Amino acid sequence: METFEFRYPAGQPAARCVMVGVVGSGDLEVLLEPGPAGHTRIRVTTSVDGFGRIWQAQLDRLFESDASLRPAVEIEINDFGATPGVVGLRVAQAFEMLGSEVAGSPT
Amino acid sequence: MTACRTPSDLVERNSFVELEARARVRALLDAGSFRELIDPFQRVSSPWLPRQGVVAQSDDGVVIGKGKIDGQPAVVAAIEGAFQGGSLGEVGGAKIAGALELAADDNRHGVPTRAVILFETGGVRLQEANLGLAAIAEIHSAIVDLRRHQPVIGVIAGGVGCFGGMSIAAGLCSYLVVTREARLGLNGPQVIEQEAGIAEFDSRDRPFIWSFTGGEQRHRTGLVDAYVDDDTHQIRHTVIELLARGRPAFERSNQYKRYLGRLSTYDARVQATPEIVRQIYARGSGHE
Amino acid sequence: MNDRTSNRGATWLAALTNNADVLAGYPTSVRVVDAMLAGESARYIAVVPDPNNAYPRARSGEVGLIEGWMLARAVHEVVETDLNSAKRAIVAVIDVSSQAYGRREEAFGIHEGLAGAAGAYAQARQLGHAVIGLIVGKAMSGAFLAHGYQANRLIALNDGGVMIHAMGKEAAARVTLRSVEDLERLAAEVPPMAYDIASFATLGLLWKLVDVQSADHPSTSDVAAVRRVLEAALDNIRCDSVRDLRSRLGGENRHASSLVREKLRAQW
Repeated sequence: METFEFRYPAGQPAARCVMVGVVGSGDLEVLLEPGPAGHTRIRVTTSVDGFGRIWQAQLDRLFESDASLRPAVEIEINDFGATPGVVGLRVAQAFEMLGSEVAGSPT
Repeated sequence: MTACRTPSDLVERNSFVELEARARVRALLDAGSFRELIDPFQRVSSPWLPRQGVVAQSDDGVVIGKGKIDGQPAVVAAIEGAFQGGSLGEVGGAKIAGALELAADDNRHGVPTRAVILFETGGVRLQEANLGLAAIAEIHSAIVDLRRHQPVIGVIAGGVGCFGGMSIAAGLCSYLVVTREARLGLNGPQVIEQEAGIAEFDSRDRPFIWSFTGGEQRHRTGLVDAYVDDDTHQIRHTVIELLARGRPAFERSNQYKRYLGRLSTYDARVQATPEIVRQIYARGSGHE
Repeated sequence: MNDRTSNRGATWLAALTNNADVLAGYPTSVRVVDAMLAGESARYIAVVPDPNNAYPRARSGEVGLIEGWMLARAVHEVVETDLNSAKRAIVAVIDVSSQAYGRREEAFGIHEGLAGAAGAYAQARQLGHAVIGLIVGKAMSGAFLAHGYQANRLIALNDGGVMIHAMGKEAAARVTLRSVEDLERLAAEVPPMAYDIASFATLGLLWKLVDVQSADHPSTSDVAAVRRVLEAALDNIRCDSVRDLRSRLGGENRHASSLVREKLRAQW
């Protein structure tokens, strides 16, 4: 089991929290919470050791572009051997849910 | 903190089995009434898994949802089968036991809270062994207490099925709902094969396993109350109908006279077959 | 009797009841004895090995299909008889190595039989009967859930042969794909995984741990000591205003179990 932390520039704090996924075989859960303006912090706990650089590469791909457009969030990822593709999918799912609601809409 | 949303809100699904635990809870409660207790963002997860190098899930694999079912106050406890095979640890077990205990307390104070348990579990999480077992004993106690006031409904949808100490919990429920894919048994097939040998139980023979512990057989032998399709609407409708029936005249687990009577007609020198069980447990042979 | 089976349940049942006769009508594997405790009538129950059990997978003291339903019967009878009179105490004398693993058992729904037993004990307790669990040997998984784990108070002998767990070491090792040595190493750091009674005691589930000279062949003073603890437990239960299992929630290693309940209540 390994833990990594990553930081990326971001825009304004997200409006809400969002959660997707399960810590099942080949899957991961992604917890997303509003973070302080300006950056996004990601904490990854993974059951598979030795993939630090792959996580770095995948998360760079997902977070380095369009920084100011992305809401600032704190992300917790609990991973049980997902492929980079599945990681991308779950993160995208989470952000889609974050972005799919107008501020002030009923929960 | 604002309520958190999951993909089930975005996509309409009919299969209940394909839904994650959280989505199953939301699907059973009346629309808009779902409120999660100790949600993932409260970070109450396993105190024991990380030190063993096992990645913990933020809700410890159990979702507790409060709301209404058919307009009546209800709590639904769902086990996430995808996390550690749905095995129960200290926190997940306490969530279920605690929710059932509070439901019983409600009833003692005039609030008719009923409970539904969604079983998708292999039983005790071995990485937490004695705390999982202790929690399951408390779940048993809480079901027996609550069912004095309200029927306790168990649903076994499939995938993982319901085994171990939680199969005993299922056996204590007032009513059980199963699908064809579901299995309900005390010991997992691999463990039986390990302990008793492959001739006694072949854990790779799926038709064999379902012929004894699958939903259809359990229904035909009177060990469960409703046999439904893997359809969310049907399952919710069945839960509502069973709750509306009220408490059974005679809890299945109290029917020791009937079961001992039926079993006294079975010659245990003959190995069991599904057909023999159906004969021995034929319906209409009375309660008690 | 082979070396897989243990005689402790029968031994302690006989010792505590002064060798009173077992009730007729029960199978060899389920011994039910009505005898005294603290000067009152009480029922003592033990599950013991029966090498001639009709069910081949339940010959070494396992709690099987029939054992489960018979335990239910033994407890229900006390409840039904005492409905309108003094509620007798029930003492579960516990030495059960496992539930029965077998085709017959799964076919006929052993899970329901064990639910019968667990439910009966729970109901008896909730209706006001003092239920005491005395662990003299093994108290394992489904067998323990059915026979003893619903007690108001749990007492264990402080002895190397007393073992409480969810699964035997070898089976647990196979299922978790680890070696027994690995499991034992883990257990040393993870108290709920440990097999020894001292580690179990840190979980706060036991009411008392009793020192004895010999758990296999109890001396007169051993029996007297255990009897005194049973009487004290009876007293303690009778003085308690509640009939639930909350007395198990104080252990240093069970903090999360209380925290969860607090949060549920606060958010209810």
